[in-house]
Amino acid sequence: MSKAKDVLLDPIFNKNPIGLQILGICSALAVTSKLETVLVMCLAVTFVLAGSNVSVSLIRRQVPDSIRIIVEITIIATLVIIVDQFLKAYAFGVSKQLSVFVGLIITNCIVLGRAEAFAMKNSPGMSLLDGIGNGLGYSIVLLLVGFFRELFGAGKLLGFTILPSINDGGWYLPNGLMLLPPSAFFIIGLLIWALRSWKTEQVEEEN
Amino acid sequence: MKALRNLLDKLHPHFAKGGKLEKLYPLFEAADSFAYTPGEVTDGAPHVRDAIDLKRVMITVVIALIPCFFMAMWNTGFQANSVLQASGGSVEGWRGALLALLGFSADPNSFVDNLLLGAAWFVPIYLVTNIVGGLWEALFSIVRGHEINEGFLVTGSLFPLICPPTLPLWQVALGISFGVVVGKEIFGGTGKNFLNPALTGRAFLFFAYPAQLSGGNSVWIAADGASGATALGRAAEGGVQAVAGMYSWFDAFVGTIPGSMGETSTLACLFGATILVLTGIGSWRIMLSCLLGALSLSALFLLVDSSTNPMFALGPHWHLVLGGFAFGLVFMTTDPVSGAMTEEGQWLYGLLIGAMCILIRVVNPAYPEGIMLAILFGNVFAPLIDQLVLKYHIKRRLRHVEG
Repeated sequence: MSKAKDVLLDPIFNKNPIGLQILGICSALAVTSKLETVLVMCLAVTFVLAGSNVSVSLIRRQVPDSIRIIVEITIIATLVIIVDQFLKAYAFGVSKQLSVFVGLIITNCIVLGRAEAFAMKNSPGMSLLDGIGNGLGYSIVLLLVGFFRELFGAGKLLGFTILPSINDGGWYLPNGLMLLPPSAFFIIGLLIWALRSWKTEQVEEEN
Repeated sequence: MKALRNLLDKLHPHFAKGGKLEKLYPLFEAADSFAYTPGEVTDGAPHVRDAIDLKRVMITVVIALIPCFFMAMWNTGFQANSVLQASGGSVEGWRGALLALLGFSADPNSFVDNLLLGAAWFVPIYLVTNIVGGLWEALFSIVRGHEINEGFLVTGSLFPLICPPTLPLWQVALGISFGVVVGKEIFGGTGKNFLNPALTGRAFLFFAYPAQLSGGNSVWIAADGASGATALGRAAEGGVQAVAGMYSWFDAFVGTIPGSMGETSTLACLFGATILVLTGIGSWRIMLSCLLGALSLSALFLLVDSSTNPMFALGPHWHLVLGGFAFGLVFMTTDPVSGAMTEEGQWLYGLLIGAMCILIRVVNPAYPEGIMLAILFGNVFAPLIDQLVLKYHIKRRLRHVEG
């Protein structure tokens, strides 16, 4: 059972898709100015990851090698469209805020990467765990980035005021940079710095 | 002096390897080499004997900045006192109390009054910059075990000069922290930073707190309720007439106009430029090419002219004396670490920055001033430019080898 545990939990800190592999950066910059959109995005990506991993793994022996990428992309695109339609039906407001970034999950390198690197070689059960694990790894970074950006950029968390801003009669002067996408670069960089100080085996060798 | 040397020598064993305070060696080393020439010599095979070391390079830049410091204080006081005289107001808060205690009034015609009031605005910002930035510097050198670097003397002097006088002190602390940590230390400290740390700190504040850095035009004059746009801000609104109606070219050249504290006086920057070029510390190639880049592009805009954008009509001679162009050109583009190293590269680098500055000033309606962003842009390209120059040289010489 320890292998299953590793497959599920390794992507969170030991092999984090954003922290170690630096994948999925675009959406980490684009959707993290508010925690609400972050939560929805994390759920969507985790669902697509788990779904595509299981589906790819189920048909991995039937798919000819030469067209496997096409098949994988078709599966991923289908799942993304399901998520997109679902959000439009049940969470229209958030769906509007996320705009094209839901559709762009198709191009999220993590999804295709896990399908290629893991699901093509492993059983559906393991692939499911790997998909959920990578979704969690992606989510924890996005949640942290979203937490700092919304807290310091607007003084709020999930829309609730934490640091009352000067405009509303409080004392906090919101940091405008935090609302701009480049701030996510700084925060992700600092998170990677912290992660590699903690787990020094992730530091790349100097050449 | 002998006593100081003896004291340092007596303390040395405690900080040396194996001593009780080994971890704090960088602090000891900084104190020692601040007072004395270091005892170490290069032990590798090829080395050049030269009296000039990093410490002397940095201190020369600080000396070159003295006219700017002086103008920063005098002009900050002059601007505030002029407004106060016109409105009949008085200096408020602790600054007013301090001036009253010392027996000075707020008279814009009095040299000392201006200097004192300006100092009351400038010195707190300078102190916060150096204390906070110095703490980061010391922390990193202790944790990483490298020496405290004199480079911070320059960063700590440049940063306050490019702040508006009314900048809140906590923002000063935040800005210099970002500049030192993200702009320099995480890349390995002085010598490895690809961006100018002082400008990195200012850029952070510029995007994070636009209201305190440029917004509302009320930040440039340190008197309550005073609003005065910078000359460039006026030009962006009303073109060259709006500037010339307010200030003469000579006012702008001497620096009696509102702006970030140290940037207004082109004259003071010229003094600094002379020192830097004569001592060989600042690259004259970068200064000249940056000047050429700005002059030619602004001349081109003047020729083209535009009916909708009044900035087109602002001539090259105005661009040189308004805003931070002169200050950035003399003290920021010539930063030996973040600028280009190769001779041909320095020409390209300077041209790029000069032209980019004018481009941002004239064409981008959001930012009336562009020198900060232009220099950071140039910093990012400097390694690439050097790489291309080196590649070109290697290719050119290989031909002879293979031929």
